[in-house]
Amino acid sequence: MRITATSIIALRALRRNKLRSILTALGIIIGVAAVIAMVSIGNGAKSSVESQIASLGQNVITVFPGSSNMGGMRGGWGSSSSLTIEDAQAIEREVMGVVAVSGEVRDRQQVLANGLNWNTTVMGESPGYLSIRAWELETGTMFTEADERSTAKVAIIGRTVANNLYTDGDPVGQTIRIRNLPFKILGVLKPKGFNFFGSDQDDVVIVPTTSAMRRVARRTNLSSILIQAQSPDAMPRIQQEITDLLQQRRGGREPDFNVRNQMELAEAATATSKTMTALLGAIAGISLIVGGIGIMNIMLVSVTERTREIGIRLAIGAHDRDVRLQFLIEAMILSLLGGVLGVLLGIGASELVSVQLGWPVLVSTMSVVLAVSVSAFIGVVFGFYPAHKASQLDPIDALRFE
Amino acid sequence: MKPVVLLEDIYKTYTNGEVQVHAVRGVTLQIESGEFVAIMGSSGSGKSTLMNILGCLDRPTKGRYLLDQVDTSGLERNERADLRNQKLGFVFQGFNLLARTTAVENVELPMLYSPIRVPPAEMRERAMKALDIVGLADRADHLPNQLSGGQQQRVAIARALVNHPQILLADEPTGNLDSRTSVEVMGVFQRLNDQGITIVMVTHELDIAHYCKRNLIVRDGKVVRDEAVRDRSISAVEMEKLRNAEAAAKLIHSA
Ligand SMILES: Nc1ncnc2c1ncn2[C@@H]1O[C@H](COP(=O)(O)OP(=O)(O)OP(=O)(O)O)[C@@H](O)[C@H]1O
Ligand SMILES: [Mg+2]
Repeated sequence: MRITATSIIALRALRRNKLRSILTALGIIIGVAAVIAMVSIGNGAKSSVESQIASLGQNVITVFPGSSNMGGMRGGWGSSSSLTIEDAQAIEREVMGVVAVSGEVRDRQQVLANGLNWNTTVMGESPGYLSIRAWELETGTMFTEADERSTAKVAIIGRTVANNLYTDGDPVGQTIRIRNLPFKILGVLKPKGFNFFGSDQDDVVIVPTTSAMRRVARRTNLSSILIQAQSPDAMPRIQQEITDLLQQRRGGREPDFNVRNQMELAEAATATSKTMTALLGAIAGISLIVGGIGIMNIMLVSVTERTREIGIRLAIGAHDRDVRLQFLIEAMILSLLGGVLGVLLGIGASELVSVQLGWPVLVSTMSVVLAVSVSAFIGVVFGFYPAHKASQLDPIDALRFE
Repeated sequence: MKPVVLLEDIYKTYTNGEVQVHAVRGVTLQIESGEFVAIMGSSGSGKSTLMNILGCLDRPTKGRYLLDQVDTSGLERNERADLRNQKLGFVFQGFNLLARTTAVENVELPMLYSPIRVPPAEMRERAMKALDIVGLADRADHLPNQLSGGQQQRVAIARALVNHPQILLADEPTGNLDSRTSVEVMGVFQRLNDQGITIVMVTHELDIAHYCKRNLIVRDGKVVRDEAVRDRSISAVEMEKLRNAEAAAKLIHSA
């Protein structure tokens, strides 16, 4: 085949009709740009959901209190108050493959410092809590097992609390008053931002579980127990063992607890964002197909419009495959050109969205490669019919065509 | 010597639904190498149909056409395309240049479709040479719409020549030209013929046919007269006459 010669011919033909060439490519440009932008936005959303899930901690199993049953009157989930610190200790002691356990107590309190006050969540946790939540300290240190045993009046605080109560200077080493008791601040947590439900995770004061139970919330049960498993694979087994252990500790009573696996939540959330990405991609993909049909349409029109040209070529000695190849190459150049321009436009649009709207946007190489190869493919597929039609013309009929 | 063109009892019938048009009916014709033939005849007599058959653009309904000893009836579409590319040069009635394409690129076209690959540099060189033969080397980069009718016709001739054909076929090459440009074009043809190229052309004009060596008259799809031209016109001489006449007209005008 005369590929080089035909490529020259195709390029010359495109150059002769610059405006039409650009208009033809426009459909693909917009289609590819849409694919890139949509998938980037979708990926951005997905990765932000994933990072939020990661911020909840890895391989976390949570035990919630179950429903209470008082003389046949059953409360809803969480109404029972049966989780104890002993349960937490038993899990840590007896279940294999557990990295950290934290018995959690939550309480809302008005806290004071520096003559300022602030309403915040006071949480009782074990020293392992930071590992469970994959959370780090910005300054200072975490309290210890010893503090936990001695119900020490020590605390670490979140960024929001630090900002609101310690307007000047480092809070570490200072005192925060909870229920009018002075707690010594050991550290400040790194900011974690808002969670799924829109609450500020940094608006928190964390004290040892025992201190929270005795000095702050003044209760004997836990809000929940957080357990971190060694690996994702171990989670089903650990979940089962925790269930069995707690069941055993309750003798024959109806189970009043609930063991939840964080992956379930994570899966639901990623599934949602995956659906969204797929949906956006599909919409954009449709516009790419529409762009391809646009190419076919204009190529078909141009075959009719260029019948005389084709007649001249055939009369001068072009084979049918030369003409077919010419139109195919034209279509491919147009769609590849459209693909490349579309990628640039799509990346530009993604950047614009992320800068202007502050949405998280993630341009993936995969989507770029995919969009460009799909556009080249579309060029071949949608260019083929017009090209074939052109190549089958009869030379004198084509020359006679007005 | 073997003839370059041998038509044996050629028929061409167009069928349009119920109606049958017998455009060519029983033409037998032999053309030797180096001949310069004019085909004449009234409108609708079948001249273009005959030319299209000679040019391997169309197939006869019946009959045998040997081009340079090769029977063309057995050839398929692409083989005939190669024949058109290599052995024949066709100058169309309406020029048929590619629009928005420079003269030199138009002339390069047959080489782009040559079965034997021509390197781009040689392509340009040969195209320029062909343009030079028709006296248009200085217009190589002009687009067809920047050229006069006569110049466009000459570009078309250059394109027909560029692959060194054995036969040059021209359908009314002077049909759209004024008499002066017609003489110019006939001058180009005579020079080419002197170099050994066989030329077959269609014309309506008797004085144009007089530049050729042999005249055929076609009527109702048959060759009714076939004669050698005596005292044929020579373009250089006619040009001189034209120039003198113009000068005289100017003299009278200014007097
Ligand atoms: N494609 C076609 N379909 C049907 N009839 C045709 C076709 N082409 C030509 N004819 C008919 O064939 C006859 C010969 O046509 P042709 O074009 O060969 O004439 P011509 O001698 O070249 O005429 P002119 O001097 O006007 O160009 C005419 O009657 C014409 O109507
Ligand atoms: Mg005609």
